[in-house]
Amino acid sequence: MSGADPLLEMAAQMATSVPQAAALGFQMVSIGDARGSIRVPWREDLVGDPDTQVIASGVVTALLDHCCGLAITAAKQERFPTATLDLRIDYMRPARSKAGITAEAHCYKMTRSIAFVRAQAWDDDPNDPVATAQAAFVLHGATPQAAPPETAPSETGGAA
Amino acid sequence: MSDADQRLKAFLARSPYIRFLGMTADMAGDEMTAVLPFSEHLIGNTMLPALHGGVIGAFMEMTALAQLAVVQSAGKAPKTIDVTIDYLRPGRAMTTFGRASMRKVGRQIASVHVEAWQEARDKPIAALRGHFRLGSES
Repeated sequence: MSGADPLLEMAAQMATSVPQAAALGFQMVSIGDARGSIRVPWREDLVGDPDTQVIASGVVTALLDHCCGLAITAAKQERFPTATLDLRIDYMRPARSKAGITAEAHCYKMTRSIAFVRAQAWDDDPNDPVATAQAAFVLHGATPQAAPPETAPSETGGAA
Repeated sequence: MSDADQRLKAFLARSPYIRFLGMTADMAGDEMTAVLPFSEHLIGNTMLPALHGGVIGAFMEMTALAQLAVVQSAGKAPKTIDVTIDYLRPGRAMTTFGRASMRKVGRQIASVHVEAWQEARDKPIAALRGHFRLGSES
């Protein structure tokens, strides 16, 4: 946890309190330095296949998407509207039975209107991921269509 | 009830996560439509309000898996290899529908496209392309 920054702390608090994040039981791990990390503990009602008791891939999808948004907040040092443009997820292997999942995202490039983010999710070891993701987000505006032109001032407009 | 109907119902009943989402699906002839009724816990943005992007992605992935369950009569459950999701419009606080089309079903791999929409089918809110491993062995 990068700690002291009240803006980031508020962002972290909000990141786990939106209804879907709360319903999945998301827990903040860290935020800062253009990175965000969230953990989702294993729960019986989040299982995809009852034979294996492995957490559903849909939960991992939501976790990765959410983490990417957190990394953008960390990179921008403020909260503001973003919309996911695209999200590509590769599932490398099934998670362990009854294992929770941790994800970390890194916003490695940001233009005035677009943020590029990579993320990975793992059960035990960050170096042995269950899934990796690559995503692009539109900044400023609720919909992809509402993206401002490249010439728009970067700090005005729809900040929440 | 047809075999396809029975396979679909079995698929939906099996997964706790599908119950968590509240997703259902119906067959009309040979065409399956997946349905995701709106629910408060699916919201990702309380200001708009809008469905969580992860929820829309997961719903489309489950739609693909449900369609695979409908067309596949035997074998183990397919596993997702990768998905690419395009977000086209905000997912609003209303019912979402999904339909999948099989681009190719091979011996080991299936390639599936899914579209999700709300008010009008010709105004999709998101699309998914995915590859799935068909589990006859391993």
